[in-house]
Order: sequence, then C-alpha cells, then structure tokens
Amino acid sequence: MSLLEVKHLNIRYNDVAVVNGVSFKVSRGESVGIVGESGSGKSQTALSLLGLLPGNAKLTGSIIFDGEELANKSNKKLDRVRGRRIGIVFQDPMQALNPYLRIGQQLRLVLLQHELANNKDADAKVIAMLQRVGLPDPERQFRAYPHELSGGMRQRVMIASALICEPDLLIADEPTTALDVTVQAQILDLLEELRDDTALLLITHDLGIVAGRCERLLVLEAGKLIESGATTSVFSSPENPHTRKLLAAALRTDRGEIQEPNNGKTVLGVEGASVSFRNAAKDQLVAVADVSLSLRKGETLAIVGESGSGKSSLVRALLGLIPMRAGRAVYAGEALEGPVQSRAASQRRDLQLVFQDPVSALNPSLRVSAIVGEPLLVHQAKLSRAGRSERVIAILKKVGLDESYLRRYPHQLSGGQAQRVAIARALILEPKILICDEAVNALDGTVRQQVLELLKNVQRESGLSIIFISHDLAVVRSISHRVAVMYLGRLVEIADTAKLFSKPSHPYTKALLDASPVPDPRVAPVRAPLRGETPSPLTPPSGCAFHPRCAFAANICVEKKPALRDADGSRVACHRVDEIDLRISMPGVKTTASPGR
Amino acid sequence: MKTSAGLLLLILLLAIVGPWLSPNEYQATNFDAILQAPGTAGMHWFGTDDLGRDLFVRTLLGIRITLLVAVVASLVSLIIGVSYGAIAGYVGGRVDAVMMRFVDTLYALPFIFFVILLMVAFERNFLLIFVAIGAINWLDMARIVRGQTLSLREREFVDAARLTGVSSMRIIFRHIAPNLLGIVAVYVTLTIPQAILVESFLSFLGLGVQEPQTSLGALVDAGVNQMEGAAWMLLIPAALLALILLSFNFLGDALRDFFDARQSQ
Repeated sequence: MSLLEVKHLNIRYNDVAVVNGVSFKVSRGESVGIVGESGSGKSQTALSLLGLLPGNAKLTGSIIFDGEELANKSNKKLDRVRGRRIGIVFQDPMQALNPYLRIGQQLRLVLLQHELANNKDADAKVIAMLQRVGLPDPERQFRAYPHELSGGMRQRVMIASALICEPDLLIADEPTTALDVTVQAQILDLLEELRDDTALLLITHDLGIVAGRCERLLVLEAGKLIESGATTSVFSSPENPHTRKLLAAALRTDRGEIQEPNNGKTVLGVEGASVSFRNAAKDQLVAVADVSLSLRKGETLAIVGESGSGKSSLVRALLGLIPMRAGRAVYAGEALEGPVQSRAASQRRDLQLVFQDPVSALNPSLRVSAIVGEPLLVHQAKLSRAGRSERVIAILKKVGLDESYLRRYPHQLSGGQAQRVAIARALILEPKILICDEAVNALDGTVRQQVLELLKNVQRESGLSIIFISHDLAVVRSISHRVAVMYLGRLVEIADTAKLFSKPSHPYTKALLDASPVPDPRVAPVRAPLRGETPSPLTPPSGCAFHPRCAFAANICVEKKPALRDADGSRVACHRVDEIDLRISMPGVKTTASPGR
Repeated sequence: MKTSAGLLLLILLLAIVGPWLSPNEYQATNFDAILQAPGTAGMHWFGTDDLGRDLFVRTLLGIRITLLVAVVASLVSLIIGVSYGAIAGYVGGRVDAVMMRFVDTLYALPFIFFVILLMVAFERNFLLIFVAIGAINWLDMARIVRGQTLSLREREFVDAARLTGVSSMRIIFRHIAPNLLGIVAVYVTLTIPQAILVESFLSFLGLGVQEPQTSLGALVDAGVNQMEGAAWMLLIPAALLALILLSFNFLGDALRDFFDARQSQ
C-alpha cells in the first residue's frame, strides 16, 4: 500500500484553478520529485498535503496518507499528522524560523508538542539532532537565534526540525533555491543521508537537482500533471512536448552560436578597483579588493561568484551608484569617476544596467511606454513625441514585444515580459556596454533561454559589449566569451570560457563547477565539493581568502595573499597552481557522521 | 467602498443644495416656534432650536463648514507633509536628520493646549482653525511619507532612473511621488475624520466657529444643553457626524485594500 495517495486534487481561488485534477502516489521510503515552472501549482500541491492553504482556497479531491483522509480536515486532526508524520522544509529558512525564539527552543517545542520527549530529555535529543545535521558546536547553536546563523546553517536547522520526529514523509519545497551553489550541494547531500526510510517529496524548478536524487518524477504545468514516471525514463524519453521543452532548456549546455568578438579593441579597463562599506558599528567591510579587468568590443565577460563575492558591488561602483574607494576605471579613453549624477552624459548613455528583479526595477505607477521612453527624454530632449514613440515601438519589437504592451503597467506583465521591458529601457539609447546583474536569474528555464538569445542577437547586430553577472554556471557557459571568478571580493581566476569549463586552474573554480547539478540521471549526483560556507567579508581569513575551505591549502596560503599570474592559459590567484592537479576530483567532504544511503 | 463613497457624495450634495430647498434662513429666529419638534409644521423638518432657528438648514450649514474645515485642513497637511517628507526621505543624511528632529520637537508640544492658546490669543476666526488643525496633522503625514520614500529610494527603478541621468526633482515627482499615492490617499481619509473631530471638539468647547455660523460640533454642543427637553437637537447632528466619520473610515479601508491589491499583483 502506498504511503500517500492523492486523487483528483483540485485547488481553486475564486474562479481560478491553480491545481487541476492532479493524482499521484508515494510509497514508503521513495523519493519523488515534483518539477514545474513558476505558476505550475507545485507549491500549492505541497501545501495542500499539510492543510496549509490560505482560507480562500477551495480544495476538492482526496489526500490519503497512510489510510487516513487529510483533505479538508480540521486543524486539530491535522496536527496529529503535521510535523509528527509529515515534515516540511520551506524555501526560505529565515521566514520559516521564528526570529524571537532560540534555535533550541524551537526544536524543543516540536518534540514537546508531539509528546516525543519530556522536559528533561528534550534538550539532549535536540542537541543530538543538531549534531546530526552538521551544525558545528551544537551546544552553543542551541542557544543561538536564527539571525546569528548563515543561510546554509539555518536550512540545516529547518531540516533538523522537520526530521526530529522521524516522520514518514518529508516535503522539501525548493529547499536550496535561496542558497549558494556550493552550499546547495551540501544541503542536498544532507537530506539524502538523513532521511533513512522517510519518503521524500522534493519540489523544485531545477531539473539538475532531481536528476540524480529522485527515483520518480512528476511534471506539472499550469496546474495539470503532464508527465510522471521513473526519472531515467522521463529524461530519456519524455512524452509531453512541454516536458521536452523544459528538458531542452535545462540540458542546454552547448554554447550555441557565439560569435567571437572580431574587433579586439578594449572598451573598458578596470585597474585595482576596491569598494568598501562601513556598517553601523563602523567596522570596515571590504566588498571588492584590488580587481583589475578589461572588456573588449563585442565581448561578453561573465563575472561569477557566490553571494558576498562582491560582483554586484564591483559593477555598481563602475556605474557610479556607490563610491569606488581605490583604483580606476577607463571607458573610451576617459576615466569613469564620481557619482553617476556628476558623470558626462555620454558615459551615462553608453553604460547601462539590467537588474536581477524586473518587478522592482520597473516603476509600478508608469506605463511601459513611459518607462522605456524616459531615457530618450533625458538624452534626446529635442525628439518629438511621435519620434519618441516610434523609437519605443522599434526597441520593443527588437526585444520581442508588440505595440499592445505600450499601455500596460508592470503588474500586468509576466516575469519574462517585464525583463524584456527592462532590457528595452537599457538598450534604447544604444549603449556600448550593457551590464546584466543576475538578469536571467528570476526567470523560468524556457523564458531564460529566450532572453539569452535576445542578448546574443543584439550583440551580433550592434557589437555591444556585455558584462554578465551570474552565479549560474550553465547560463554563463552559454553566453560568455570570458569568465572572471570572484571569491570574497577578489578575482581568483579569469580565463576564456571554454578553457575555464574544461580545465579550471583555481581550486575554487573547480569546486563551483563540481557543485553545479547536472541535469542527467545517468550521472551520479554531485557530492558537495566544499566544506563550510563563505566567511563573512567583515572578518576575511588571512592570506588566501579561500584557504579555510581549500583541500590543497598549505602554510603559504595562510600567510600570504596570492597575486594574479598567468598559468596554463588562465590568470589565476593561487600559490600552488603549478603543484596541484585538479583533474582528480577534490577529496569529497562528508557533511555528517552518519552513513549515506 | 461604493456605499461609503456614495453616502459621502449624497451628504455633500445635500449640504450644498439643501439649504435652498427649505424656505427658512439659517440665522432667522422665529419666536413663535421655539424648540419645535421635527415635523412639517413651518417646514422645520428637523425642528427648531431654543431661539426658534430652523435646524434643517443649520445642520446642513454645519456639515458644509465641518467638511470644509476637514478638507482644507487635510489639504494643508497633505501639501506640507508630502513635500516635507519626500524631500527629507529622498535627500537623506544630515538634511533628513535635521528636518525630522524639527518634526519631533513639534510633536512634543501639547497640541490641544497650543490650539486653545492660539484661539485665545488671536481673534477667533475661521482661517485660524484650518491653520491650527493642518499644522498639527502634517506631522504624521511627513513621517509616513518619509518612511515610505526611504524604502522607495532603495528600489531598483530609482537606480535605473539615476543611471540614465534623470534629475533628482524628476525622480521625486515622477518616480517617487506617484508611488506614495496609495498610502497618502489612505492617510487622508483618516486625517479628514480626525480634523472633523478636532473641529467638533473645539466648537464644543466654544472655541470653534462663531454664531450665527455653525458646525456639527457647535450644534452638538447646543444640543447637549437642551438634551432633556429637545433630544432631536442633539441626536440629529450627532448621528450625521457619526455617519460622516464612519463613511470616511470605511472609504479609507477600501482604498487601502485597493492599493494593496494593485501593489501585490
């Protein structure tokens, strides 16, 4: 008999059906992945299993868990199952943990609520659980508040609280989406190792995550279950055309056509750029330290790194949104300096930025025509109203939107359409350099491909130079000519894309590559290549900032900061680059003491 | 929302054209009909007061003046508060600190006492009531607008505008102000009833409008004195006052829901 059986599940809000006739089963100990793009109903399905839908949701159908009907049952009845027999891990642990309670208290409450421990032995059980999820110094973390932990540690606490009652089913709703890629691999390993015979329902938009980790897959689209089956068969022979599209978007690791920049003239040079902030306590936080780069005409330079690597601070300083503390940047023979307001109009025209979140980058009270046309008002004030509107229509057409979008407000656009509008605004002045700050990060796979194609087309037509910031290596690979890797504010490696992906020279680059999930079930899932998390930029480690996490660290790495030097076709900042052999995988790092499945 | 807005419009319309429907004048006394109960006799639909003046016309006149005071006072607070708050929030830094400490200082003044002092020191006049009420309400408005501006300033669309070289003035008026609209509209519907209450309170104390002019507060005050013999003198203006206040509050709630929905979509 299956552990969970969902039959004809329908969820409606007013007249909108978000989940439409979904049926599936989960057996004991099985791992099942639910994948789909945003709006496919995957999270709604997960929440409905626990009776966590908002009050205005209407649920029909049946949810049978271990022989018991859960659909539309009272909270009192559900409380015996929730937490006790079905655990859940949410996407954002900061929101899922109570900021006013210490970690230990929150976990204690779970045990006491379900009468799995008494007052006396609860603490010991909680500490043992924290130890199992790999929290360093669990006795101390027991008394910590959620904000004192890093994102990865918080997610470990969430997993501890979901597993502490040893549930029969664990639901993980995008458990690693908010985390860096090297930490993501650690958390996925941890889930795998700890769940023993707990069944796992892993909800994600990332096919790479489920590929090696789930036995079966359910694919949702627009509230309907469009495909289900063993992971290997879904990947090898998808039946539904939409599944094929999803897979094509995820599997796209080939570089497509990327025209090499023919004219090698340097358009932007950065030398020794540094950016620092002071927090309320007047501590100096060095966000970017001594970074030098150059960008050629028609070239795409990707800057990759995890959160806190300083990649966004670097470009914000180049654009004059924040001050550069040291170093200089030269564009077209002239220095880029001072805040953006005081720069020459030509510089403001030629350097444009596309933001990560199109929703917050578009003024909600203006129509698309006003948003896209505004740069023209500033830079070509003499242009007539008709001339302006002609230009706006032309640029919208270029990004794939027709005239019907002119009168829309941002909230009437989908994520992909909004990002196109943001790109249109950035391109309308025909800039020479376009900076994309995680510009496709918030977009679903298929839309992401379209936007990347759009950028490539524009580059081919107009010789635009692009600085493309991302933490997603698959995206970087498909668009960039060269890649710069940053870690804790410093450049650790810069090389041609093909060289960097096939033969990384810096141990951190290698780790980033190894940590990226491969959307292929035949490849064994990645094991976390790195231990720990990025240290706080307030207290950077001595010497090479990467040494505490590096498997190859030696004494010199602790003592001396490495400088960038040429090695094997890359520019690398590593003392031991000539001695170490990265072709063999780095010694894998186990996250906990318990054996994996 | 429709009900409360419709009701307010109806009351406003009645207050504007109503007095012409009645043959009676607001200041005319009729000593033959003192404290006459509501009815059709002499067309005194709401009855008369202790001087024999027609209460229908006087109540409508009271609504006119009460709404006028409220709207003008709210406008004063709107104009001062929004520009003060938006500038403090957008410029930030030291300017913001100085501007907001000034607001804090004004907050520390006991305001009813301040208004009473003003009323006593100067000749009682209409204008002064507007100024006094507006001068107090703008403090809240400035604080709310400043807070909102601080968070709007950090939004990426403001950075995007700065990057293309849009001037600070244009950013404030084109990018920030329209996004304040929701919260300001909601807050105005809350300051209007507040201003009405303050005006009623001042009139009730005898510091408000001058006879033979009147306001809802003054009518309630007069009604309280005749409560035992002529309850209508209290009940009718008090009920209308309550109706207006409730309508504004419901309107405010509805507006908030409306703008919330638009923001979150």
